[in-house]
Amino acid sequence: MALKIVKGSIDRMFDKNLQDLVRGIRNHKDDEAKYISTCIDEIKQELKQDNIAVKANAVCKLTYLQMLGYDVSWAAFNIVEVMSSSKFTYKRIGYLAASQCFHEGTDVIMLTTNQIRKDLSSPNQYDTGVALTGLSCFVTPDLARDLANDIMTLMSHTKPYIRKKAVLIMYKVFLKYPESLRPAFPRLKEKLEDPDPGVQSAAVNVICELARRNPKNYLSLAPLFFKLMTSSTNNWVLIKIIKLFGALTPLEPRLGKKLIEPLTNLIHSTSAMSLLYECVNTVIAVLISLSSGMPNHSASIQLCVQKLRILIEDSDQNLKYLGLLAMSKILKTHPKSVQSHKDLILQCLDDKDESIRLRALDLLYGMVSKKNLMEIVKKLMLHVDKAEGTTYRDELLTKIIDICSQSNFQYITNFEWYISILVELTRLEGTRHGHLIASQMLDVAIRVKAIRGFAVAQMATLLDNAHLLTGNTQRNGICEVLYAAAWICGEFSEHLEDPMQTLEAMLRPKVATLPGHIQAVYVQNAAKLFATVLRKHDGETESQAAQETSQLLIDRLPLFVQSANLEVQERASCILQLVKYIQKLQQKNVEVAEEVTALFAGELNPVAPKAQKKVPIPEGLDLDAWINEPPSESESEDEKPKAVFAKEEPKHSRSRHTEVDEKELARRREVRKQEQANNPFYIKASPSSQKVYDAPGVEHIPVVQIDLSVPLKVPGMPMSDQYLKLEVERRQKEKAERKKKEKKKKREKRGKERKADSGPESEEDITPAHQVDIVTEEMPENALPSDDDDKDPNDPHKALDIDLDNLLSGFSSRPLADSEKLPVRTHRPEALKSPAEDRDSESVPQETKKKSGKEKKKDKEKDRKRSKEEKKKKKKHKEVEEELLESQPEEAVQSEETKEAAAPPTSTSAEASDLDFWLSSAPVPPAAQEVTAPSSAAAAVDTSSAAAPESEPDEPKDTEPEDTKSSKHKKKKQKKEKEEKEKKKKKRHHHHHQHHSDAGGEDSVQNGTVEEEEPLPPMSNYSLLAENSYIKMMKEDADQVYDIQGNHQDESKVVVSVIFENKSDSFLKSMEFNVLDSLNSKLQRPEGAGAHDSLTVPFQLPPGVSNEARFVFSVQSIIMPQKLKGTLTFIVKSDESSTHEKLDFKLHFTCTSYLITTPCYSDAYAKLLESGDLKGSSLRLEGINMPFHHLLARICFHHHFSVVERIDSCASMYSRSIQGHHVCLLVKTSDQTVSIDAKCDEPSLLGNVLDEIKQTFSKC
Amino acid sequence: MIKAILIFNNHGKPRLIRFYQYFAEDMQQQIIRETFHLVSKRDDNVCNFLEGGSLIGGSDYKLIYRHYATLYFVFCVDSSESELGILDLIQLICFFVSVCVFVETLDKCFENVCELDLIFHMDKVHYILQEVVMGGMVLETNMNEIVAQVELQNRMEKSEGGLSAAPARAVSAVKNMNLPEIPRNINIGDINIKVPSLSPF
Repeated sequence: MALKIVKGSIDRMFDKNLQDLVRGIRNHKDDEAKYISTCIDEIKQELKQDNIAVKANAVCKLTYLQMLGYDVSWAAFNIVEVMSSSKFTYKRIGYLAASQCFHEGTDVIMLTTNQIRKDLSSPNQYDTGVALTGLSCFVTPDLARDLANDIMTLMSHTKPYIRKKAVLIMYKVFLKYPESLRPAFPRLKEKLEDPDPGVQSAAVNVICELARRNPKNYLSLAPLFFKLMTSSTNNWVLIKIIKLFGALTPLEPRLGKKLIEPLTNLIHSTSAMSLLYECVNTVIAVLISLSSGMPNHSASIQLCVQKLRILIEDSDQNLKYLGLLAMSKILKTHPKSVQSHKDLILQCLDDKDESIRLRALDLLYGMVSKKNLMEIVKKLMLHVDKAEGTTYRDELLTKIIDICSQSNFQYITNFEWYISILVELTRLEGTRHGHLIASQMLDVAIRVKAIRGFAVAQMATLLDNAHLLTGNTQRNGICEVLYAAAWICGEFSEHLEDPMQTLEAMLRPKVATLPGHIQAVYVQNAAKLFATVLRKHDGETESQAAQETSQLLIDRLPLFVQSANLEVQERASCILQLVKYIQKLQQKNVEVAEEVTALFAGELNPVAPKAQKKVPIPEGLDLDAWINEPPSESESEDEKPKAVFAKEEPKHSRSRHTEVDEKELARRREVRKQEQANNPFYIKASPSSQKVYDAPGVEHIPVVQIDLSVPLKVPGMPMSDQYLKLEVERRQKEKAERKKKEKKKKREKRGKERKADSGPESEEDITPAHQVDIVTEEMPENALPSDDDDKDPNDPHKALDIDLDNLLSGFSSRPLADSEKLPVRTHRPEALKSPAEDRDSESVPQETKKKSGKEKKKDKEKDRKRSKEEKKKKKKHKEVEEELLESQPEEAVQSEETKEAAAPPTSTSAEASDLDFWLSSAPVPPAAQEVTAPSSAAAAVDTSSAAAPESEPDEPKDTEPEDTKSSKHKKKKQKKEKEEKEKKKKKRHHHHHQHHSDAGGEDSVQNGTVEEEEPLPPMSNYSLLAENSYIKMMKEDADQVYDIQGNHQDESKVVVSVIFENKSDSFLKSMEFNVLDSLNSKLQRPEGAGAHDSLTVPFQLPPGVSNEARFVFSVQSIIMPQKLKGTLTFIVKSDESSTHEKLDFKLHFTCTSYLITTPCYSDAYAKLLESGDLKGSSLRLEGINMPFHHLLARICFHHHFSVVERIDSCASMYSRSIQGHHVCLLVKTSDQTVSIDAKCDEPSLLGNVLDEIKQTFSKC
Repeated sequence: MIKAILIFNNHGKPRLIRFYQYFAEDMQQQIIRETFHLVSKRDDNVCNFLEGGSLIGGSDYKLIYRHYATLYFVFCVDSSESELGILDLIQLICFFVSVCVFVETLDKCFENVCELDLIFHMDKVHYILQEVVMGGMVLETNMNEIVAQVELQNRMEKSEGGLSAAPARAVSAVKNMNLPEIPRNINIGDINIKVPSLSPF
């Protein structure tokens, strides 16, 4: 054995390590491949040895070779061996190699499952970390399924290093194993508020990535993210959140409204360009989402455009690029504000950086209008001439075409100009986009009837000068244009002045050098031209011309008959024979023109690109059925034919086919006709309806006949410029005429109002040069209008489109079912008795219970809605009481449901309505401590229905303050609303409470019996801090307390959120918050600020608005309650004056606020009590007249405890302080007397907490 | 999401590649070539964003790169990443590489990440990268945290003896004695020493 080791190390001595390998490769530049192949042979030898160090070294070298492009999959098993080494050094090498070259097809991955699981649960955090990192690269669906539960556990690991990796990898797990999303989501959401910034950032990252693909499922998280956005200082996190909001706002415009202000603040305050840019981007997204409803955001748009202009003008090319990119987003909805920066953008077209030029081009696309199209295109044409490098020129070319053809040629007023532009573009050297120009020519010629004459003339010239296009070099791209030219000349040959000449041009011998498909079109259209020529000479007996034409064809066509291209050959020989026959007839003086033209009769109309897909499957046709049975198994695996017809669900197909009878069809046609008649750009294809001009909507457009006899070819000047000149003249003329008319009108209206002169020309004033008919694209008669055929069915994110809302709320239809739980390995006993296991045994009977409960609930909801309506009419209190009663069994149902959930759902009431509430108003605090007893259940229903209308009255408040008449009425209304709001607010706190305490508590209570309990009264944890005539400050009892572990050992941080409400009619600004620090507690100030400097509140308050700010305090000792004196100074700004005001307040830190709700399982609790480290104390409360569960709820809510176990009228509760003190309570009740025995490792803390509990109950 | 991180030199030789989506080896090389082709023809004073890599991604993806001396650092990212953020990240990574690979050369300016550092310590650079980006998502951007974690792991490796610990050095000394190897290992670089041809007797 010893010998073996010695041998191993001697072997090792002569191995190359990675450095040697690299050096060797560098020294063998000439015969690298050969050198590497010898190295690979060596590596193979090394891998055969038993020594793990040698193997690891070999694997390390393989990783390097893999980078150079060598396939190392043959060593996959050795990599697994190295991965499973117990030494970190080797393990790391193994995982690195695996992450570089393993993938779903690697079969040895199956072998790794247990090894990875072992590493994940390793006591060494770096083993776990390395395994997680590796796994993130090669996770397969199988691995994801098997390890999901282990990773879930790691998400709550004590080390933040592991937590953040575990959180991040969950995204990969979700992708591979979508079933894990629902069970894991609550915990993921929890991590958003993790004390470690790295973990928090990871959670934000994952949720943003998820939400980007399926944003609607994550809308309910918006309030949470909003909170993070206003509190986080990590730019990475902020950017992610802001980007996420950008994805969410299109779904919920109200969210956008709420976002504008904080985002604008950030834009003003941040110095980080990346953050500024993302803020601007999201503001743009918000504005886009609001653009329909809210006109009053010009200030924000201006701000964005202004900031972007600064970016674009920056010398940093990156900022310039991004500025242009963002600008193009504004363009879509607010083109006007971008158009004013046309100069800047045109300037960017001259930039030396191609990316920037391309971005500027993109912007031009949206900046064109009828007025400036010609001008812009002219500028682009100049660039085309100047541009060096074909790629950029090609890009320009496509952009010109895009710009002109966008939205159905919307901006083109003169199609003759457009055709000349296209013709000019054909003169470009070596472009690849001949087919693009060709298709535009075809499109315009087919769809714009009025232009056909002109187009045909131009095309004839092109055909005549075809030799210029084909040139000496085979410029394959541009000759595509000839395809279009030939087809247009043939199809619309009636417009040709001299068809004979064109026919001659098309049959030149040189044509034979063109690509086959173009020749084919030439031949076919030569036949069409032939028909036209015959028709022209129709009637003339023994026409010389007609016979000459036949002869010409007979002479020239044989050239094509010999063509190597099959299609050309076929068409040519067919037509040749036809012409020969015609010639025979001509010689007999038979009239043939009529028959020949009949060959090409009928008009071709454009077909919509999606038309084929929309053809419904005829009834009785089953495309999946075999026509003949497949001959054998082996051949049946051929590719499936692509669907020719749109797929339809069988249900619909039958009913629709019976419905669509003749009448229906006729009606639809009528509707369509009507629609087209009313649209000046659309017209029916049939010639009879061409005179729809007198439709009422079109009448007022003055149709100006323009004299087209202008000399079109001026030497030295491109043709299109002529049009530009003409256009300008024409517009001036028109304007003059219009002015004349107006003057006339004015004269008539003299004495009446004077209208301001219409300044610059508006879009509508520009009339097209000639009436344009754009033929619509044809669709099958009964095609369905649907747009969802663009989605990619293979998108892996589709599987993650999972509804998470009801998971969060726990209230609605679908809590986690048992089948959705993550697979847990059963052979390994869990340390804690987790709720998941309890559930397993109970689940079967509950499944049925749950269902019936759900149905009941639905009925109840209906009932409630009905009764609510009645209530509104009668306002009877009795019914409220009834509802109260009704809600009892429901709560029972709920608690059962929550039991079934694999992870504790975060709140038990409709979170959706919470979101509504959050969105509909700025947080208006309720009157403090005012505890009335409205039915909470009724309030819950109210929120969902009332929240929507509620948002509306807010708007008029902001937008029309001068509206004096109805103000009295409004005030009343507002009062009412306020009351309502308060009610809701309370309701919200109710959730809040359950969120905090019961989430942990309920799981552990479940061992006991669940009684039918009365609903809990609402509780508020906002208390009034200070108030004067201008402002009200409310403090939330430190709801977010966290400690920083590590470097500051005795120091903890407490976050206090304060709500500022503006009660006055004036604008409050420059609010500054200051607190006199004590030795023990200090306000956290930004670095560099002095100990007495005040903090600026990061917002301003318009009248009637409230907002929430958070302040961080560092606290050293938490065993005593604290009081801090503070001052808020602010400026009150009204129309006339502005005054300085201040408000004093006292911040009270109770000991309770240092406690964090921490769930604890009963076995751990028992151990804790047994340990004997805790000191006891007790408390007796007399005359407590409330149900026991209310009492518990109060303690949970106000004092941040969680219930560990409850048996009858006795319960044990637990909480932990931010510095890790354990606080245990045993609460017993009998006959209005409550006794609390408490234990804690810090007696003075315990004493204070008990005092506070006593106070809480003395109040009620 | 980050789809790939590529580091190659001015001649397109890969120095470190990390794909967060599977591509076969030949495809990887093709992507590197294409990316190099796109990036290398750009001037140094143009913007650092590039659209239109056809092999990787699609319309949603763009290339964000930085060019330091002889090295190109290229990130292929989709629209969920902040462009300027990634640019900062590249700078960060360069910094880490110079800090963590050669602790002794801490004073080195981070813009001068030496290509040789990368070539000979590809594995170490990978380990650093793993602390910054995981599975295509940015894991950590706090500089101190990253350096601390990398350091701790390196220390752990050292305590285990490491791959390149003392015995290995002794080995390389032994290897240098392996005389026939030496002439091949001397790199004369550009200097061309021609042995004067002796006139035949």
